Amino acid sequence: MDVFLQQLINGIALGSIYGLIAIGYTMVFGIIGMINFAHGDVFMLSAFIALIIFLALTQFLGLSSLPLVFVLVLIAAMVLTSLWNFVIERVAYRRLRGSFRLAPLISALGTSIFLANFVYVVQGPRNKAVPPIFTDVIHITAGSGGYKVTLSYKQILIVAVTAVLLAAFWYVVQKTPLGRAQRACEQDAKMAALLGVDVDRTIALTFVIGAALAAVAGVLFMLYYGVVNAADGFVPGVKAFTAAVLGGIGSLPGAVLGGLLIGLIETFWSAYFSADYKDVAAFSILAITLIFVPSGLLGRPDVEKV
Amino acid sequence: MSEALLSVRGVTAYYGNIIALKGVDVDVGQGEIVALIGANGAGKSTLMMTIFGNPRARDGAITFDKREITRLPTHEIARLPIAQSPEGRRIFPRMTILENLQMGAALGERARFSEDLDRVFTIFPRLKDRAHQRGGTLSGGEQQMLAIARALMRRPRLLLLDEPSLGLAPLVAKQIFEVIADLNKSEGLSVFLVEQNAYHALRLAHRGYVLVNGAITMAGSGAELLASPKVRAAYLEGGARKAAPTAASPEAV
Repeated sequence: MDVFLQQLINGIALGSIYGLIAIGYTMVFGIIGMINFAHGDVFMLSAFIALIIFLALTQFLGLSSLPLVFVLVLIAAMVLTSLWNFVIERVAYRRLRGSFRLAPLISALGTSIFLANFVYVVQGPRNKAVPPIFTDVIHITAGSGGYKVTLSYKQILIVAVTAVLLAAFWYVVQKTPLGRAQRACEQDAKMAALLGVDVDRTIALTFVIGAALAAVAGVLFMLYYGVVNAADGFVPGVKAFTAAVLGGIGSLPGAVLGGLLIGLIETFWSAYFSADYKDVAAFSILAITLIFVPSGLLGRPDVEKV
Repeated sequence: MSEALLSVRGVTAYYGNIIALKGVDVDVGQGEIVALIGANGAGKSTLMMTIFGNPRARDGAITFDKREITRLPTHEIARLPIAQSPEGRRIFPRMTILENLQMGAALGERARFSEDLDRVFTIFPRLKDRAHQRGGTLSGGEQQMLAIARALMRRPRLLLLDEPSLGLAPLVAKQIFEVIADLNKSEGLSVFLVEQNAYHALRLAHRGYVLVNGAITMAGSGAELLASPKVRAAYLEGGARKAAPTAASPEAV
């Protein structure tokens, strides 16, 4: 029971990170029908940006208030990562719109390779360690010599930040003119243009929002694991993509649900079966979903698309 | 009609390498209802979309309210007082009626929104009852009403209507034609109407054009075209026998 509770906590924290990344995949797919394979690398990039800003603030500027540093890192990573993704969309995808369907996909793969190698070159291939912060834990069951269930401050922070961000994001998408324009483009871009929506701008904005969420995931990931590596974009990226597919690609609540499920499956698999095969478990889910429920848990069946 | 509100001059348009419009000239004057009739595939909807720059006119010029709009991006044309209820209605299926209407309203014009909303709900009371229902759940007639209402939210001076009667029960179609006539009379709204239902369209319109294979072959007042033997043979008698596939063939004109 204790082990179960512990894994539940771990799984939700990890799943929050996957969910944040998955939203970027699902939004971009919803609006331009493309799987943005570079999204995982954008996430990795944000973790590096966060690390650099964190070190700059604490080592060079000598800031010691951790909550303040955290907020500054979060904001800076969101802004810079969004800017990166804005440029990527402009350079690598926009010109290919209206080209044959595979063109932007190939461009996305190229962008993914570029980003990973760019970070290798400028940061080196070794793991970069982050000084441990927010290390306190809360003991939920004070086991005497037995298994101790702990809830770390980091985990609380991850879930809280994710929840707040998702609430804000939901509000923007559902209640603001901006979100309405975004949904209109997703449902019928040609009609949206007939009503005065600048479709190119809305698509650019979708990339910016997706990157901002991925940036938060990157900051939280860096905090949670304490190390970042240029290769870190790939596996979490593909897992988040799996989460988006599991939840139903194109569905925003689906992305969050899928993220949590993938996080939970991965941690439970590691705890009860084998940590070595945790990635296999996650990717088996991708295969099973694609075979048996290709539209995902909360996705719409394809027939509705005219 | 001295100065046309919308003037299309020598416009050609292509889908890839296939020519869809071959030098079309059309005018819509202030306060006029102009009908464009023609068979399936003649290029009627293409002309509607070309006025909005998608596909863009390759040659020729399109002027709206003395301003050339031929090269403007689609969304900028849409911000002028010209609105379109396009072919197939294209309402947003997973948005509520209210959200569809909000999409129609110009951004940053919050003050006018409730006033405009009241206005379209007065014209189409059925939409008001379903304001929070999703667009995709509406019947065909209600979707058409929503498409027109959405276009009216921007207070257009010119309304482009593409096949408003398509697939509707005759009674609903009649209701929609009445609304168009009313708006034209009471507010002086100019209307450019594309219809396969040539009889209704020409009766409603002040003037009409016949489009065949991407070119205008006839023009005249609604009554003139209704009386023309060629139009009758190609579009009206065939209309009575809707099943006859060859009745509206372009070669007949």
